[in-house]
Amino acid sequence: MISRIAWRNLWRNRRRSIIMLSAISLGIWGMIWMTALMRGMVDQMIDSSIETLSGHIQIHAPGYMDDPSIEYLLPPLNKSPALQKLLASDEVVAWSERIRVPAVIRSERDVYAVTLVGIDPARERGLSFIAESITQGSYLSSVNDNRLLLGKKLVERLETRLNRRVVLMSQDPDNNITERGFRIGGIFETSLQATETAYVFAGIETVRELLKSGPGVSEISLLGQDYRNLDSLLEKTRSAASYADVQTWLQLDPYLGSLLGVMDGFVLIWFIVIFLALSFGLVNTLMMAVFERTREIGLIQALGMKPSYILLMILIESIAMLLIGLTAGNVLSWLTILPLKNGIDVSAVASGLEWAGMSSTLVPAVKTYDVVLANAVVLVLGLLASLFPAWRASRKVPIEAITRVWQ
Amino acid sequence: MTSTTYTLAWRNIWRHPRRTLLTISAMVFADVLLVFMLGLQLGQYRMMIDNSLALVSGQMQVQVAGYLDDPQMYRSIPEADQLAVQIRKTIDLEAVSPRAYGFALVSSEKRTLGVQISGVEPYYEQLISTIPGLISSGRYLSSASANEAVIGSTLARNLKLAAGDELTLLGSGRDGSMAAAVLPVVGIFNTGNRDIDRQIIAIPLNSFRQIFSMGNDAHSIIIGGQRDREEQYKKAISTLIKDRDKLVLLDWETLLPGLKQVIEADFFSAWFMYAVLIILVAFSMLNTILMSVLERTHEFGILLALGVRHSKLGRIILTESTLLALTGMVIGIVAGSLLTFYFSKTGISYPGMEEMSARFNLPPLILPEVSLRTVIPGPLAVFLASVLSSLYPIWHMRKLNPVQAMQAA
Repeated sequence: MISRIAWRNLWRNRRRSIIMLSAISLGIWGMIWMTALMRGMVDQMIDSSIETLSGHIQIHAPGYMDDPSIEYLLPPLNKSPALQKLLASDEVVAWSERIRVPAVIRSERDVYAVTLVGIDPARERGLSFIAESITQGSYLSSVNDNRLLLGKKLVERLETRLNRRVVLMSQDPDNNITERGFRIGGIFETSLQATETAYVFAGIETVRELLKSGPGVSEISLLGQDYRNLDSLLEKTRSAASYADVQTWLQLDPYLGSLLGVMDGFVLIWFIVIFLALSFGLVNTLMMAVFERTREIGLIQALGMKPSYILLMILIESIAMLLIGLTAGNVLSWLTILPLKNGIDVSAVASGLEWAGMSSTLVPAVKTYDVVLANAVVLVLGLLASLFPAWRASRKVPIEAITRVWQ
Repeated sequence: MTSTTYTLAWRNIWRHPRRTLLTISAMVFADVLLVFMLGLQLGQYRMMIDNSLALVSGQMQVQVAGYLDDPQMYRSIPEADQLAVQIRKTIDLEAVSPRAYGFALVSSEKRTLGVQISGVEPYYEQLISTIPGLISSGRYLSSASANEAVIGSTLARNLKLAAGDELTLLGSGRDGSMAAAVLPVVGIFNTGNRDIDRQIIAIPLNSFRQIFSMGNDAHSIIIGGQRDREEQYKKAISTLIKDRDKLVLLDWETLLPGLKQVIEADFFSAWFMYAVLIILVAFSMLNTILMSVLERTHEFGILLALGVRHSKLGRIILTESTLLALTGMVIGIVAGSLLTFYFSKTGISYPGMEEMSARFNLPPLILPEVSLRTVIPGPLAVFLASVLSSLYPIWHMRKLNPVQAMQAA
């Protein structure tokens, strides 16, 4: 019965309740949207970092991270059956071996320092961005392909073109300079200009030949099932490749890791700020609802209703309001985010975002955790906020309340 | 508006002190938050800009047109020292320093890497760049003609070099001749910025000119100094270089386009947050004014019957909401400024900021800004939104009929 009274009370002043409901919906909408946008941004930065060669987990020879030279190579895979078995298992979605060394590239016009990456073209497909980013020429066909893939910006800086020759210079394991001419077989474009100037790709066997190195590799990069949940895979990789240095993308890019942490904190603060803005209106509305019913509350109390029931009645009123507002807000968020699941074009402000590791389309990412947290914050704190008006209502002395016309 | 309107409106506001206080609190809360956040943001931006500029680029640079896009060695400024002296005199600033850049294969005993080499004037460089102060081992360059080099910490590690070791440069000079030199590394700097620590070797300008056959040229003249005098510098230098062929003055927005856009993007997303907050407060205001109008239906009916016009009633309500919003704004601005001012003296740091500050080269403490542009916009927006939201109750009143209104409880 109390809930029925509360429900009817809620609709006595329809306009006021609707305004409050709109405020709650808008608040929850703002919470969900803002976090979806921010999560989308961070996801994108993570994706692009993972795609740009980092993968989920990387394996290097000890010492390579400090001194990325051809001196530190992992033993060939066929010497470590445990790792081979792990890479073949379901837990690893994709993996590839690479040789990665600093090099110098020279055209007739200019010289630049780059990172030369020897790849296995077939394995690299699906693991990193390279295969999908070729805009001129073609992707490498085999590990022996002796053409080079260059970024568009680098080609411009070197004032060269597709099919022209450039000279690559690097160091062999004995620290001697080694150099060779190559034809530019493909040009790739990426959303990050830095990637275009930083890397030059060639077949892994071609690079071995250039560097006169043995059968080892500089790194093995692999993708697991889910980048957020790599602990068990990391553990297994570490025990399978105990001789090596194994790191996740988070350890490779501590900046991204810390950004994730800051994000979580920020989301909670943002929720609470929005809630506080909301709570003033909520408390005010309930307060008004209680004040204008002073007489009535006194009356039902005089008729024998317990104060605790009155408290309960007001709380139910508030819960009903919160729940309806939340539902409307969630539906509204869902409806407004759904049409944008292919991304929002933010190119007007995005060339700066590139600097921070993002591209020009932003895909809002709705995480269950955020939605649940947003709703929980509003519901729980909303109830706490309505305790005060409810408590005041239950404390009215019947006689005083009945005789008082207004407040 | 007559004074009765004000008196009536002011009294009406305080009929329900608790409701009014809650509404004002909502506005003050939003105002304080907006003032603080905006101050924090602008403080952070200023810090990002100042620190990025202080690292390498300076406030502005004079270069040969086209050098920025395509840094070819032959695009150099002739008689650069002379021009630097002229600029120093014109804008009365010591922090003006010529630099030259080249590319070379750099070898240590064990390693060879391709690296950009900068030729700098040590005395003027320390007035512009923070790098001379960030030497982690050894010392900075001693004079413009010394034969020595300082290198970034990551580069030193990759080359397996320590202060005191020698490195060999091999590249080509401005005229295409061979450029080669053996220089001792006297110091290693650690800026915390991974690109700079990995990519830069600095040697004295005159030695650079000798090695790379540069004559008296340089590639860029860097101007440091205070950012608030930017416009003044710009004007003076532009006039100075007007008759020098092909020279251009580039400001920091051109030198570091990414930085400006990161700031714009961040500013844009922050306003989304602020807008949600402001609209929520407007809802709170709307509810309050609507309630106060609805509960006075009876009273308004009497006023109408006594011959008060609808427009006068509307004015009273508008005055009420304006006074309410104004009170909120004034308190909000004062409280917000005080809070922000306090933090602008003590500084703020939040957990997890260290890696981020390292990446963007920020000190881990942010000093929020308190100025007209941080204190006014937020509260003003809240004020306007609140007054606007009271238009609905006024519009609602417009068709009130005295007889029916008086029948309302």
